[in-house]
Amino acid sequence: MGTGTSLGRVRGLGSAKEGTHHWWRQRITAGSSLFLMLWLVASILNRSSFDYVSLHGWLQSAWVAIPMALLVLSVFYHFRLGLQVVIEDYQHDETRIVALVLLNFFTVGLGAVAIFAILKIAFGASH
Amino acid sequence: MASRTPARPISPHIQVYKWGPHMLVSILHRATGGVLSTVGSVLLVWFLAALAGGEGSYATFRDVFTHDDGRLNVIGYVVGIGITLALFQHMASGVRHLVLDTGAGFELKRNKTGALATLLFSVVATAAFWLYLGMK
Repeated sequence: MGTGTSLGRVRGLGSAKEGTHHWWRQRITAGSSLFLMLWLVASILNRSSFDYVSLHGWLQSAWVAIPMALLVLSVFYHFRLGLQVVIEDYQHDETRIVALVLLNFFTVGLGAVAIFAILKIAFGASH
Repeated sequence: MASRTPARPISPHIQVYKWGPHMLVSILHRATGGVLSTVGSVLLVWFLAALAGGEGSYATFRDVFTHDDGRLNVIGYVVGIGITLALFQHMASGVRHLVLDTGAGFELKRNKTGALATLLFSVVATAAFWLYLGMK
């Protein structure tokens, strides 16, 4: 062993090398996603029309585009953490690494499309 | 683990327990989470991208789930009701998890009641959601 103190030698050596980071982030994003999804459900119920012009104009408002972007960030971070646990529970060989990398690609790729679409509508011309 | 010697005995797991609502809600939380993060997220992003793409691409998206007169078709109902039921179940079960995280609600009776309450909430909320949309 090294010459450091007992605490110095074990610090950061939890089972996942990162303590409660993952668990805590999952709880934080659970809370934020709860409020944002309730907002989305209420917004859908408040819509009187689901045609193109009506919905496009709706998403152009900053009061809609910003919470929608926050919803994507919060929910995608949350499901990225959740699916990681599912993969770690069922995949034990090398396929675990492949699945975790694919999960990151899926989350970031799909999230990028969502954010781009929201910004394109919000900053685009109105109808 | 992959390195486990197959001949060694393993300890009893879920197969030795009598099924109860708490076990059903537990696995439903994972199942609905899996559905929402794959089907749900793809649907949301498809909707956003189609709306950003213009009138034509939004019409393509909309036609998959609706008849020409605007009413939901079979796909629209199955996907719509399925995804809202999964959402409300995961939402209620998630709130229950946050309560359990504080160390509360582990007494047998309260735990069972809480589990049943999430099932009741998801069915009632889904029915209320679609009835309200249908009545407008």
